[in-house]
Amino acid sequence: MIKTVEQFNEKVAACTACLDEKLKGLDDKRHIVLCGGTGCLSSHSDEIKARFEKVLKEKGAEDKATVNLVGCFGFCSQGPFVKIYPEDTLYRLVKIEDVEEIVEKDILGGEVIERLLYVDPATGQKVAKQDEINFYKKQRRVALHGCGVINPEDIDEALGMGAFQGLRRALTMTQQEVVDEVLASGLRGRGGGGFPSGRKWQFALNVKSDEKYVVCNGDEGDPGAFMDRSILEGNPLAVIEGMVIAGYAIGAQNGYFYVRAEYPIAVRRLRIAIKQAEEIGLLGDNIMGSDFSFRCHVRLGAGAFVCGEETALLNSIEGKRGMPRPRPPFPAVKGLWQKPTIVNNVETLACVPFILRNGFAEFAKVGTEGSKGTKVFALGGKVNNVGLVEVPMGTTLRELIYDIGGGIPNGKKFKAIQTGGPSGGCLTEEFLDEPIDFDNLVKKGSMMGSGGAIVMDEDNCMVDVAKFYMEFICDESCGKCTPCRIGTKRMLEILTRITEGKGTMQDLEELEELSDTVKTNSLCALGQTAANPINSTVAHFRDEYIAHIVDKKCPAHVCKNLMEYHIDPDKCIGCGMCARGCPANCITRTDYTAPGHKLASMAIDASKCVKCGACMSTCKFKAIEKR
Amino acid sequence: MIKLREKGNQMAKLNETAVQTILEICGRYKDEKTPLMMILSDIQNEYGYIPLEVQEIVSQQTGISVAEIYGVVTFYSFFSLKPKGKYVIGCCLGTACYVKGAQQIIDKFSEILKIKAGETSDDGLFTLDALRCIGACGIAPAVSINGTVYPKMTVDQVPKIIDEYRNKEGATA
Repeated sequence: MIKTVEQFNEKVAACTACLDEKLKGLDDKRHIVLCGGTGCLSSHSDEIKARFEKVLKEKGAEDKATVNLVGCFGFCSQGPFVKIYPEDTLYRLVKIEDVEEIVEKDILGGEVIERLLYVDPATGQKVAKQDEINFYKKQRRVALHGCGVINPEDIDEALGMGAFQGLRRALTMTQQEVVDEVLASGLRGRGGGGFPSGRKWQFALNVKSDEKYVVCNGDEGDPGAFMDRSILEGNPLAVIEGMVIAGYAIGAQNGYFYVRAEYPIAVRRLRIAIKQAEEIGLLGDNIMGSDFSFRCHVRLGAGAFVCGEETALLNSIEGKRGMPRPRPPFPAVKGLWQKPTIVNNVETLACVPFILRNGFAEFAKVGTEGSKGTKVFALGGKVNNVGLVEVPMGTTLRELIYDIGGGIPNGKKFKAIQTGGPSGGCLTEEFLDEPIDFDNLVKKGSMMGSGGAIVMDEDNCMVDVAKFYMEFICDESCGKCTPCRIGTKRMLEILTRITEGKGTMQDLEELEELSDTVKTNSLCALGQTAANPINSTVAHFRDEYIAHIVDKKCPAHVCKNLMEYHIDPDKCIGCGMCARGCPANCITRTDYTAPGHKLASMAIDASKCVKCGACMSTCKFKAIEKR
Repeated sequence: MIKLREKGNQMAKLNETAVQTILEICGRYKDEKTPLMMILSDIQNEYGYIPLEVQEIVSQQTGISVAEIYGVVTFYSFFSLKPKGKYVIGCCLGTACYVKGAQQIIDKFSEILKIKAGETSDDGLFTLDALRCIGACGIAPAVSINGTVYPKMTVDQVPKIIDEYRNKEGATA
């Protein structure tokens, strides 16, 4: 048990030396780490780990290497990853069959296995080390500190990476000094709104109360964002430490984590981390010999997007329907169980230890005037390097998509990047050189949100995308206030009409009017931002809406009612494969035989076609196109 | 999954072990403030659904009215009033999966199993759910079956995966 600062320092020194030994190979062992995030686990990285242990044992090489499952590497599309210290060799797309070769050649033979290295798609060059891969070069890890390096289920490794040193410093300061430090760092809420965290803390500190709470919002609902999951899976102690520091600053003794039930691994690792911290005395009574006591509790969500809204989240913890409360009073005055409460997002809390450990200046060193530090983005959709990236605020969208993301796959053309999820908007080519920060993205008609960044190419229909988000919002509207409950439904109906080719120009006008009504009259942010995807797609892709309404065409060939499959008679060799696979029996032989072909070509009867696309995927001659 | 009542009969009374388990679950959290969500989550995980009689027991144990409990159960998509299938197929329809064709994947499941999203197949084997992002965007489109995540799904894989589970059933039956 750690009961004094001295005992803590001793423990940290021992853990740091131990982790250093592993990572630098001072123990004369190789240190094999595998990614244990949700993505790589689904590709069986846990079985690969077991296989490593087995093979090492079989070859009598157990003393030559240690094997460890760590948090997310971020580069999910190239997983599962195996990284070998101290050389820093990174193997990607590793299969269970590769294990024997890695042990034999690399661990025992010291030879790098070329075929498992990452290949730079631009240059065709093989890259052996993680830091040399373009995907990682421009990144800077603050919130993701420790993710992909340490074993999240071993508190000693986290302590070796600096965990709880921020708290150690905080405990030597007054509450006001801690709040001032966070204020000075310029840290803003990473969950969506971008409210200055220090100010939130100040409000809660100012209120006198016998009981206060810190709540961590881990209800990461934005479909397409997964940084909170990865942080909780990769370094849960960083978030716990952030929560404890926040608790000290405002004078709370209890903290609640509210995590989505959809994230079982994150929940399990968080619980393990809390238990381990309690066992060694870093959570509980009189932490490090101070008179400050703090306990952490975990509560699970149950699949309601609106619970990401702070007052709805508090209702959910209180065992009620997760509906938002009118503000004011703000949670800092009347929050959980009517007591002063601060609600901070996972990524925000994960930044706090860094600020306290290194000082506010170190954090504020990077970023823009109004947005300091770094931001984690979940880069997804039509981009080569899909994954989780943490970049300094002020990085441009172009750097994000092309330098880090490696551009658009299959030579397709970039169309838009959607940021901020269902509350955000789309940004087009002309905005690619805009620096990313809270205020600038809002000014350009989108928002930072929680950091989802979905890239879309020419094959995505923007009306369909707007409809997708509206379906989501409509489903997830809690129903408490009328503008959101009914307004989103009406907007969805209009969008559905447009995608079915039944829309009119008046629909478009009404859509714009309605979106304004819902925006200004809804109770919480869910409704207030619900129309953002519509507004931004109408603003940037008005011609696409008009094509659907007037020409009855979907330029991206996505909306089923507005496209048809067509067989090019000159490309069709008449093999008939498409007709055999057609579930609607709508493909028949014509009497036209193209020059040079032996059989007559096939044709689709558009009136019977169900547009399943089976013919297109079976045709080996690329004779079938959408139009 | 343990059964709440005698096989197949939804009208049968709750069996005694089920009642005891539910009482035990309610007791787990007696030291917690407002534990309703935790109790309901545990019951949902244990039995796959939370019918009215079960809500009545929870009401007696916690002092919260059945009306309020019913309100909570019906609010959250994770809680269900009807039993779910043995295998719950969750197709992620989050943005990253959607732009990579997740709609076609769920349509294929729907076509083969002859059920819509949210429904359970007649044999009680499969429930098809549309999920809103499981945070596996890096491996989109993703499908999660009883917690096992299938990465980078294609339409062609769908029949194979269903067969895999059907065969598993056939082998044990």
